[in-house]
Amino acid sequence: MSADSSDYVLETQNLIKEFKGFTAVDDVNLKVQRGHIHALIGPNGAGKTTVFNLLTKFLTPTSGRILYNGDDITSMKSAAIARKGVVRSFQISAVFPHLSVLENVRVALQRKEGNSFHFWRHESVLDNLNDRAVELLDSVGLADFADATTVDLSYGRKRALEIATTLALEPELMLLDEPTQGMGHEDVDVVANLIKKVSKDRTILMVEHNLHVVSKLADQITVLQRGAILTEGTYEKVSADPRVKEAYLGVAADESEEAA
Amino acid sequence: MKISKFNIALVGLGLVAPLVLYPVFLMKVLCFALFASAFNLLLGFVGLLSFGHAVFLGTGGYITGYLMMNTGITPELGILAGTAAAAILGAVYGKLAVKREGIYFAMVTLALAQLMFFVYLQAPFTGGEDGLQGVPRGELFGFIDLSDNMNMYYFVFAIFLAGFWLINRTVHSPFGQVLKAIRENEARATSLGYNVNDYKWVAFVISAALAGMAGSTKTLVFQLASLTDVHWHMSGEVVLMTLLGGMGTIFGPFVGAATIVSIQNFLSGGELGNYIHIIMGIIFIVCVLAFRSGIVGEIQKVIKRNFS
Repeated sequence: MSADSSDYVLETQNLIKEFKGFTAVDDVNLKVQRGHIHALIGPNGAGKTTVFNLLTKFLTPTSGRILYNGDDITSMKSAAIARKGVVRSFQISAVFPHLSVLENVRVALQRKEGNSFHFWRHESVLDNLNDRAVELLDSVGLADFADATTVDLSYGRKRALEIATTLALEPELMLLDEPTQGMGHEDVDVVANLIKKVSKDRTILMVEHNLHVVSKLADQITVLQRGAILTEGTYEKVSADPRVKEAYLGVAADESEEAA
Repeated sequence: MKISKFNIALVGLGLVAPLVLYPVFLMKVLCFALFASAFNLLLGFVGLLSFGHAVFLGTGGYITGYLMMNTGITPELGILAGTAAAAILGAVYGKLAVKREGIYFAMVTLALAQLMFFVYLQAPFTGGEDGLQGVPRGELFGFIDLSDNMNMYYFVFAIFLAGFWLINRTVHSPFGQVLKAIRENEARATSLGYNVNDYKWVAFVISAALAGMAGSTKTLVFQLASLTDVHWHMSGEVVLMTLLGGMGTIFGPFVGAATIVSIQNFLSGGELGNYIHIIMGIIFIVCVLAFRSGIVGEIQKVIKRNFS
């Protein structure tokens, strides 16, 4: 087991989530290897986002265990899991729309400063974080937009901002929920390259519909169907599996055309 | 708050206002402006609609009133005690309320406030239906006679400035940044590692304390603490003031409070006094339908459109 815990950043054991009369996640044993980009794919309703919500405790599992670096985090709260280094993004771009682009990143940097409850101090004490925030924005190509109000950004830039905000926490494990959803071709490539770039020194688990992106990025793929793992492996292995073709690929091909 | 010419002008205006206008009216405006600003800290900057904020106004009032009548303490200590009582109640109520969101948060705060309303109705020290009448204003620091309206006005003005400054500072503090993040996207704030309920709770306590301070001050001004201040009508009135003035703006609650208090004063003297609730209702509807950002919010929009 000791070998396992160093190889795998994240592991689930017999993870089950039941809603009234229906099992959304059915006995999932997921192993995410350190340093990998691991993609979670599957048709709509396969339980991908539910798995994400369980991993970050936005939902509580019915049974099963979640291990992070070998520690059981099943009973921890969402915010505590984030502080441990597992940071997620959301399907709909998760930004703070009426804060400036810089402030979005700074809110993430601010937590470690230990002054987040200081209501009697002026916010200018946060200015020492500005350089680091601009650096992060620069790494996703947004440095020129630092002073813009976030709501005015294009969709692709909002997603890039979200990644910069997540990076500010220096997460060991990033969970990205459909990072390219709803994007045009150009934005998809920009974000895919960005994910590749930020994957150095960290592990990424992503839900992704766009198989082009998956084939380009993922080291390991897990296919979910009706809440259970259908198969796992590299893109070559998974895409050759006739069950996957039947369950997923046909549908997905249509979808990605629609999205484009 | 940046010390701008605008702010200096406003403070100057506040200093000379009682030479022109009736001080008791001005004090009423300041008390309600502080109350609405405290409420706006929650609604406008955290996105929490408390529908029971009158309970903090009333608690401050009753505690200060009782102490002023029954012990020999000076008014500044009376106000501090009322503020502290409201903060403690806010700490307990806030702990229970922040676990819920949206309409449920509003319902929990309303229910808890009603609970205290009936306590104050029955408890022997509040005077029940009669309230506490003839509360002495006392002597500030033991030597400034507050029964003089001008002295009282400047005392109230100082309290208002202190409370208003604290709200402003809270909004523009590291803490305020997190509050705004929670308002904008609570799930995301959680995923960045913030225990959002703790932040909401601290904001709730600050808001309750300042609402209590407004109530304490109001009790000294009118020398009266009564059930009106804990009634849910009052909780509704502060929502109206804040929306009318512009929620989420710094000066909105002040403008809203001044407008409502002026209308009430104007109407209660004349023949329309009986229709006051209908008129308030119409104002509320017009506000919600026609200018949702409130008076200050709309003005800011116009400025933004034309000057930037």
